[in-house]
This record gives sequence, structure tokens and C-alpha cells, in this order.
Amino acid sequence: MAVSARSLQLAVFAGLLAAAPLALPNDYYINILILCCFNALIVMGLNLLMGYAGQVSLGHAAFFGLAAYTTAFVTATAGLPVWAGVPAGIAVSALVAWLIAVPTLKLQGNYLAMATLGFGIIVSIVFNEAVNITGGPSGFVGIPRLKLLGYAFTSDTAYYYLAAGVLWLATLVSRRIIDSRTGRALRAIHVSEQAAQAMGVDIARHKRFVFVLSAVYAGVAGTLYAHHLTFVAPSSFGFNFSVQLITMVVLGGMASLWGAVAGAFFLTSLPEFLRVFEEMDILIYGAMLVACMMFMPSGLVGGLGKLAAWLKRKLTANPTPGQKPGQKPGLKADSRG
Amino acid sequence: MAELLPELLAVRGVSVRFGGVQALTEVDLTARAGDITSVIGPNGAGKTTLLGVINGAVTPLGGSVRLDGADLSGRPIFERAAAGVVRTFQNLEIFSNMTVLENVMTGGHLHAGYTLLDSLLRTPRFRREEKRLAALCREKLDFVGLAHKAHLPAADLPYGEQRLLEIARAIAVEPKLLLLDEPAAGMNNKETQQLGAIIRRIRGELSIGVVLVEHDMELVMDVSDRITVLNFGRILAEGTPREIQDNPEVVAAYLGED
Amino acid sequence: MLFGAPQYLVSGLTVGATYGLTALGFTMIYNTTGIINFAQGEFVMLGGMLSVVLLKAGLPLPLAILAAVLCSALAGCLMERAVIRPVGRAAPVNLVIITIGVSILVRGVVMLIWGKDTFALPAFSGAKPLRFLEASVQPQSLWVLAITLLVLGALKLFFSRTIHGKAMLACACERKAAALMGISVERMAMFSFGMSGFLGAVGGAILTPITLTSYDVGVMLGLKGFAACILGGLGNPFGAAAGGLILGVLESFGAGFISSAYKDAFAFIVLLLLLFVKPTGLFGGPKSDRV
Repeated sequence: MAVSARSLQLAVFAGLLAAAPLALPNDYYINILILCCFNALIVMGLNLLMGYAGQVSLGHAAFFGLAAYTTAFVTATAGLPVWAGVPAGIAVSALVAWLIAVPTLKLQGNYLAMATLGFGIIVSIVFNEAVNITGGPSGFVGIPRLKLLGYAFTSDTAYYYLAAGVLWLATLVSRRIIDSRTGRALRAIHVSEQAAQAMGVDIARHKRFVFVLSAVYAGVAGTLYAHHLTFVAPSSFGFNFSVQLITMVVLGGMASLWGAVAGAFFLTSLPEFLRVFEEMDILIYGAMLVACMMFMPSGLVGGLGKLAAWLKRKLTANPTPGQKPGQKPGLKADSRG
Repeated sequence: MAELLPELLAVRGVSVRFGGVQALTEVDLTARAGDITSVIGPNGAGKTTLLGVINGAVTPLGGSVRLDGADLSGRPIFERAAAGVVRTFQNLEIFSNMTVLENVMTGGHLHAGYTLLDSLLRTPRFRREEKRLAALCREKLDFVGLAHKAHLPAADLPYGEQRLLEIARAIAVEPKLLLLDEPAAGMNNKETQQLGAIIRRIRGELSIGVVLVEHDMELVMDVSDRITVLNFGRILAEGTPREIQDNPEVVAAYLGED
Repeated sequence: MLFGAPQYLVSGLTVGATYGLTALGFTMIYNTTGIINFAQGEFVMLGGMLSVVLLKAGLPLPLAILAAVLCSALAGCLMERAVIRPVGRAAPVNLVIITIGVSILVRGVVMLIWGKDTFALPAFSGAKPLRFLEASVQPQSLWVLAITLLVLGALKLFFSRTIHGKAMLACACERKAAALMGISVERMAMFSFGMSGFLGAVGGAILTPITLTSYDVGVMLGLKGFAACILGGLGNPFGAAAGGLILGVLESFGAGFISSAYKDAFAFIVLLLLLFVKPTGLFGGPKSDRV
């Protein structure tokens, strides 16, 4: 039951991703959609780390940036082909995550938040100051467009379908990890490290795994981002972006795959809608953030879920006597997304 | 007769300090396979600390912990779980973000015979093993009488059932030795009686050795084969329930207190 | 080799004093409510910006600063009442995002009203440097250090001598017990936000003559303040103040002796290394809270 419901969700998601560009008038919006896909990719990884395993990272923009700059350097400076730059970028993100994972993830709560925040800031300062390699604050120009197996992704629509395809694949991978012993172990760590260990879960290994995995997601997004814009600047990878990513996770709904997607798409496109307010946009952005957290504490998906549950209760207002609510199998498994 | 049973757990000369407080001093504890061994003592006597030393959550200053002859000292908690020591928690540590069944399946973590790659590719081995694990875990839930609640969110269970869920989750690890930390706390009389029956069946049907830390004296005297009494971090007495009840020192220090 | 060390020490302590005051603000809110207030840096910004604005409006400097500080304290109280109290016992990460939202909002308002320019504030008593050992000391540095010490001393008295102070400490130790004792936890929370606004604004106002201010200075100052209280061990007011000073000096020495481009990185590198060795900060206890 649950399995088929999940396959259905993935199929619907694929359909939505495929149909989205058809509903949009021009390339400008396609570009926003591409950014949405990149952000959703990072947020999905961050959600595995934060929402499922309960480990905060306030420096995730660093992994996004490390991969972007690496592939920029490999392809534009060293002149190697793009198919070498992309894996190199992802590998650097993963390697750095792997190196800092063990000492960092020993920390708890606010100390972990601080350490990841500090890491993110250090990396972003390096992006700004290592001018020889990164081009400094004015950015890195002249990154080649993506070309894979002889196919050049020149049109924005082609690039969108690539980004959407990668996002869909990442969703599938996340789903399958969550619904396995690894996913259960991660969720267990979130609630009680003591109990998880007592069940034989090697928590240090699992934390490192999910940390590196989330860095890989961010790395994939980073390389695709660099070869899409053909230009990167440090301001895209700073503390503000890390905070935005966390906001997307929480606003979408912690520990919810669809929440990560919803949060990323919503907050990435929101500034576009707020453009009509001109200078007021940042105000409204801040106010909406506060309001969402105050009135929808479990995020967009949680809020919608509550609404759906409420509707369902209204519609099935007269249950058969003697049957306790929630006794139907699979009810919870589906609602968690 | 009992002396013929092989030694399952041997704790020798364990001492623990927390800051300036001496929590345990030179404590020995022996549990034989097929025995229910209880540890009792007034509040703050060091019972939970002793369980922590056995499962690896607390690092002692000195002494050793052996299971089936193998030295566990210094090994991390998860390795001890794999070696066969599992505990439940005095303050419930239910995975509140999962269903009842998922909780127990997390207990079966070590017995899911597939790799990450299997789960990514959804190989036949993954499907087979998840199915087998789910069936196994339903059995464990059935064992404690919670099979009908398998798909409820674990956080929705009443308190007493959460305690049973902890036990089901622990036996899903298929340990050699189960450490129960005040499993009857917060249970009513009827639930405690059922618990006693479950503890006996854990020993009898599952052949798991049990170390029980418990305040409910009726339960302890009822199910225990051997009892160790702790007082101020030291061993006050050791013996059968009969011997302990007749021990004037114990009566003075502990039982008389009630 | 140590040429210039006294100079770096003085400038480090000066900036560190503001970090320390910011960190104290973090600590105060954390202790009474368990929240990490990411809008803390905006209080510092408000202290500086409002002083500048009020001075321009014609108030004399001391009065302008006093009014700015009081306004920021009021902003703190307002924040607690408007967005923190209504959500009650929300998940910590949600509360953090609410405070981030508030900081964006405050920054946005200030930018809309006063623009993106950088503003200066005159030094409190002239800009003629004094010679002290090998260092040339700006009189403003002395003002910063003196006022910080004064505030710290006053806080110490406040905690040990007044009912409010003692009640706040009780809240920090055990919220439930404090409530049972008849201490209004809500009022304490509001009070702690007000105090944080006050402390941050003082730090902002006294530092502005040296470092200038603009609508966005709060971000980095807030982060440094958070770093300082983690460095000192979260929840320990003395540790927070000390953490601020240490951070300021580290930064100043790093910038002076190694590389000024990486000035902002040093503090965080040292902090990371410290956390890897001692996961609960310099003066922190053995236990830490979860986010």
C-alpha cells in the first residue's frame, strides 16, 4: 500500500517537473525554475541531515560554493573538459565534508550550529580573499557551459530538464535511503543517540554518511549552477545563503521530502513575486518568514497535511462505532511524505 | 543447581566517579545464562550507573566487563549491542518520530542483511530482507502484546505500552543479555503482573539473560533468581530472593526504609 | 617580532568589548528562554544607527546615545511580546528562524528609512591619540573599555543584589521551579530581551565612533557575539564577556601579524579548533543543550 503510494508521489512529481516549463511564458521564468531545482537539491540534502538525522548545519552554502569554484577552476583555469570538472567539484565538497564531519558532528545543539556556521564563514572568506584562484569579490568569469557526451546544453529549457532530472533522481535516492535501515538509523539518532547506539547503530558513521551525502547534493547543485550561469561570485555562497537554505528546510517542513521541495521552490520564487513591492520586498520577506513560523510551525507540508486531515475528518464525520481513529494501517506512513 | 549455569556476564571491580561523587566502588556483578538477576537499592545507589557501565554508556575508572568470556571493557555502545548487550531506559527513549513497528525494526538494525546499495537499487535481497525483518519485528511486538498497534505512531502509545515497546525493540536486537532499567515504573498493578510474565518468557522462550533494575519489590522477589543489593555505590549483599529478604543488613538499609 | 603588540592588544580589546556586550545579550536571552537570538546583531546596529540619527536631529550626543539605547531596549521588549511569546514552546529551530526573520525585517526597515550609506559618530572626547607604552590609544577606546567595565559591574550588582536579577538567575537554572516560586517567566523573558537590546545598543553606540555604522553591520557583529558566547561556554555571562574580549584580541593579532584580509576568519578558526578539543567552550559545563 505505502510503497505504491510513494511511487505514485514520485510519478506525479516527475509529471509536474516535466510540465512546469510549458506553463511559463518565457526563458526568464525558466531560469528561476532552474534555480528552484538547484536550491531544492541542496535543501533535500540538508533536510536529510537536519530534518531526519537532527544535525544542524549553518554552513551548507560552503559545500555548494566549493563545488562551484572547483569545477570553475578545473574547466576555465586548468582548461580541462566539463566532464572532469563536475565530478571534481562534487568530490571536493564530499572530501571536505568527510574531513570535518567527525570532529564537528561530535558537537551538539548550539555548539554544532556554531561550528558549522564558523566553517561556512571561513570558506566564504577564502572565496573572497583567494583572488588568484577565485577572482575575489568580483567573481569568477568565463566558466564554460555544460557539455556532456557531445551534447551542449545551450538552451535554458534543455538545462532545466537536466536540472529537473537530477532533482528527481535525488528525490528517488533520498526516498530509498529514508525507507531503509539507514533511514531508520538516522531518524533514531535524531530522537535519542543513546537509544540508537544501544540498538547497535554506529552513530558517528551514520552522521558522517549523511553529512557527506548532503555535501554531495550541494556539490551537484554547485557544479550545475556554475556551468549554468558561467559566472560565480562569493556573495552567492555566504552566511546569508546558508540561512536561506535552513529556512527552506524548516519552512517546507522538517523530515519531509516534499517539504524540502516545496520550501525551496516557494522561497526561491518568492522574491520574484515580491518584486512588485520594489524596495519593500526584503521587509515582506522577513515578515512572511516570521508569520509562517508563527502560524505554520510544522512548515508548508505540515500545514497542508493538517488541512487535509481536518478535511478528511469533516468528510468522514461518522466513523463506524467502536473503531478507534487512526487504526487503519498505513495512515501514518503515508501522511509523513 | 544454579551454579551449573555458565557465567554470561561478569562485572569485576568496577568503580565510577562523576565529578566529586563516587557513584560506584569496586562493584562485582555476575549474571548466569538463563537467570534473571536483579539489582536493587535505594535511590542514588548507583543502579542505573551500573547498567551504563555494562552497556558502555558510562566509562568506569577501573574494572572489567565480560560477556560470555569476551572482554567488552572500553568498547563503544553499538559494538556491545552487536556483542549481545542491550538495555532499556528508565526515562523512556522511544523513537517518537516513527511508528511502533519502525521502532522495533530499528532494533533489528543489525539483522537487516542488505547494504546501502541494495536499498538504493531496491534489489530482491533488499525486499526479501525488509520483509523478513518486518515479520520478525511483528513477532517481537506480538511477544509483548502490541502487534495490533504496529502502525500507530509510537508517541501515541500510553506510557505503560511505551515501556513494553522498549522491551520489544530491545529483544529485536536478539541480545544474549537484556538490561531492564525500571521497566515497571509508572505501570499499574495489572500491567506490572503482565510485565513479570513477559520477563519470565524472555528468559524461558527467548533464552535471553536478564539483569533487572527495579523498585517494585513484589516484582523483583517474584521473578528474580539472584539479587544484588547496592547501597551508596557499594555491594551490600548478594543472594537468592529468600536470602536477601532474610538479610538483616539489607532489611535495615533498604527494605526497612519503606 | 612583537612590534606593535600593545597596539593590537588595545584595538582588539576595544572591538572585543562590543563582542562581549553582544555576547552578554545572547547569554541573557538564552538563559531565560533557551533561544539563540539571531537578531542580536540588529540591536547593536540600532544602537549605532539611532545614535547617529538622533544626533542629526539635533539632540546632544549623550542624550542621543541614551535615547538610542532605550529605543533598542524597547525594540527588544517589543520583539518578545510580538513574536516570541505568542509561539510559546515552539521547536528551537523554529524560534531561531523567527529571530532570523526579525533581523531581516529590522534591517529592511532601517535600510528603507535611512538608506544604505555608512554613517559616523563623533568620538566622545576628541580624536587626539594618547601615547601609552608603545601604543597610540584613541580616547574612544578608553571610553569603550570604561563603559563596558561599568556595564559589567552594574550587571554583577544587578544579579547579586536585586530581586529582578536573582529572579533571572533562577529562571536560568530551572524555569519550572521559577514559575512555581511565583516568578513570572514571561515577564522575565520580556525583560531579558529588553536587557539584550540595551546591552547590544550600548556596544553599538560606543563602537560606532571607531568603526562607523550602516544598516547591515549587525550581521557580522551578531555572528561574532554568538561566537564569543560559544567560546566562553553558552549560558555563562562571565564566559560570554571574556569570550568577546578574547575573540577581539585574537582577531586583532591575527590581522596584525598574519594577514588582514583573513581577519574575520581567525576568530572562527580558533573557535573551531577549540570546539574540536573542548566541545562546550572554555568555561562551559559538561552538558550542552540540543537545538
